[in-house]
Amino acid sequence: MHRRFISMALAVATATALTACTAGTQGAPALGSQPKPSGSGPAALPAGTIELWHGFSSPAEVKAFEDAVAGFRTKFPQITVKLVKGVQDEQITQAVRGGKAPDVASSFTTDNVAQWCNSGTFQDLTAVIKQDGIDLSVLPEVARSYTEFQGKRCAMPLLADAYGLYYNKKLMKGTTPPKTLSELTELAKKLTVRDADGDIEVAGFIPSFEYYENSASHFAPMTGATWYKPDGTSAIGTDPAWKELLRWQKELVDWYGYDKLNKFRKSLGQEWSADHPFYKGKVAMILDGEWRNAMIANEAKDLDYGTAPLPVADAKPELYGSGFTAGTVIGVPKGAKNPQAAWELVKYLTTDTSALVTLSNALRNVPTTKAALESPDLKKDANFQTFLDIFAHPKTSTVPASVNSAFNQDSLQEFLVKWEKGSVTDLDAGLADVDRRINDKLKLAGG
Amino acid sequence: MSIVHAAPSRWRRREGLRALLWMSPWLVGFAVFFAYPLVATVYFSFHRYDLFTLEFVGLDNYRYFFADDRAWVSIRNTLWMVVFMVPAQVIFALGIAQLLTRVKAGAGFFRTVLYLPSLIPLTAGTVAFVFLMNPSGPVNQTLAFFGIAGPDWFGDADWSKPSLVLLGLWGIGNTMMIFLAALLDVPKHLYEAASIDGAGAWRQFRSITLPTIAPVLMFSAVTGVIYALQYFTQAMIASRVASGTTDSAGSTFVPGYPELSTLTLPQWLFHVGFRDYTMGYACVLALLLFAASMVFTLILLRRFRAFTDDEGGDR
Repeated sequence: MHRRFISMALAVATATALTACTAGTQGAPALGSQPKPSGSGPAALPAGTIELWHGFSSPAEVKAFEDAVAGFRTKFPQITVKLVKGVQDEQITQAVRGGKAPDVASSFTTDNVAQWCNSGTFQDLTAVIKQDGIDLSVLPEVARSYTEFQGKRCAMPLLADAYGLYYNKKLMKGTTPPKTLSELTELAKKLTVRDADGDIEVAGFIPSFEYYENSASHFAPMTGATWYKPDGTSAIGTDPAWKELLRWQKELVDWYGYDKLNKFRKSLGQEWSADHPFYKGKVAMILDGEWRNAMIANEAKDLDYGTAPLPVADAKPELYGSGFTAGTVIGVPKGAKNPQAAWELVKYLTTDTSALVTLSNALRNVPTTKAALESPDLKKDANFQTFLDIFAHPKTSTVPASVNSAFNQDSLQEFLVKWEKGSVTDLDAGLADVDRRINDKLKLAGG
Repeated sequence: MSIVHAAPSRWRRREGLRALLWMSPWLVGFAVFFAYPLVATVYFSFHRYDLFTLEFVGLDNYRYFFADDRAWVSIRNTLWMVVFMVPAQVIFALGIAQLLTRVKAGAGFFRTVLYLPSLIPLTAGTVAFVFLMNPSGPVNQTLAFFGIAGPDWFGDADWSKPSLVLLGLWGIGNTMMIFLAALLDVPKHLYEAASIDGAGAWRQFRSITLPTIAPVLMFSAVTGVIYALQYFTQAMIASRVASGTTDSAGSTFVPGYPELSTLTLPQWLFHVGFRDYTMGYACVLALLLFAASMVFTLILLRRFRAFTDDEGGDR
């Protein structure tokens, strides 16, 4: 009897485990699976309520989102839109898995797009885009690339971030911003101030990969370093542009002295506070996103600064003007209760010039359509224009979509920390090991 | 004959059913909260599972484990915590409890003060502790007053794990109170007799105190080891606070700052499961953790049984 009981318990547990695997896969009809309502006007859409989850959380950001959605409410009065703020990617995935998906969800990062497309967490928008005759060429190619994966377009770009160089005009003393890496090195050394002990008081440029926005992904466009081969495996170990970037970076780290640089870096204020070292004149040049303009306007009004594209490899002057970009994405999760209305909202927020300009003006992020970029209503000044130009540059790049995007970047970052510390004796072998880790993980994920 | 045998058999069956009925709440709990998760974990460990699609991959997840450098780093860190943190906590708690038994004046005050840190929620306590140990924080300022250059406690890979141990010692109140109760229960006349026989303080501690409180020691060691194997919250919070990473949407924070020195197996398990959504592989790590907990517990139980048998001679 004892044995029979155990067998039964195991059978029940196994059956439950098997059925659990399919839980959460049932839901509302998929987007595009039903014919579009008759009539092409907004009134043709049946009344309903949709819920939009987004990551914005500060009062100003939340208000900006409300203002952008206001136009949709006017256009579709029969649709009630509920906004839920401060949502993170894990919450979206787990809600979809638990069968409680929102109708629309947005994310601040593009790192999960591939995983969401691959697993079906977000619905493929291809059918409805075709149905509504949307011309995706209104989006720059790079924005199209980070919102799709292997032919599945499961998100649309909402707002973008572009990364460039900020420089303190007072510290630069009239010097023009550097255009090449060797110019950057030379200027960084010239602007650095040390005390009698050799400790850094003012840094020209902090090359450490552990400093704020100095991630590999943001640095890579400076030498045109690529992440993946066409088959999706890692190109980090074989693309000479990575080695060029790392050797340049290490040379500058060594000039400062790793310990001195580390000590200085750790003494600096928080990245997200009014104590930012760039505001305080502790660092003359920094790599940062366009959103820093808005922060400077709020937190360091008197700062006299300028912006420019990031310097590029000396032998690749054609890259100058480009940079890194990625941004907020938005889509319709699997199991959305009102997918058609959800799509209309996504379409409105990502293609309506007025909505995009409203959001961009409030959040000071880059709008993603060409019409919005050229809109006379878009607030511009010379410092913000730099980033609009970087975003629109044909050689501007991003981290291509991969199911392990976050892991791959972390793996390289882990190596870079060892590299700048001087713990790596063989750069080729180290980068090859990064490749191995990324490729092993790709196999684990079924790539 | 058959009638004579039938009655006890029926009786036994009825008694068996009754026993099962009384045990049923536990059996249901066991099935739902232990057997099912365990079977499901084994099942998923042979699959590629991203919470949506399930694909049988045989031993692929197990093979990946051997290539996963971070898993090995996390295992080494976890073992470090078991080997250094558990003994440090037990010895420290026992030492403090022993001291408290000697305190005559203000005993209640000292017991309260030493117990207080364990009342603070883990997250709040960890955040406060990391700020105290900040490179330019109060602890280093105090050290600087005596001419000692304090380290970057949670920002230096060489110091991060010892700093976590210090954090563990800070919140040792519960264990200390259990030891205190056990020490106060040791019969006084044994010490008096030993003292008359000329036994010194160490000899009394070794031959009277330790054997008497052995069951409590065993409890502390076993629970301490299991706790160390599941060490998660403090390491996660400390590394996040020390690294200055904000918990913003889109953040790709990887636990273990600095340089993976505080990455423990449960953190890595959580990360690969709920951040990377490689649930099948997370199940492999979960099974490893389960097996390690079982092995450590069995070893400790055996060691302590041998210890008490030698001293008590009750077998």
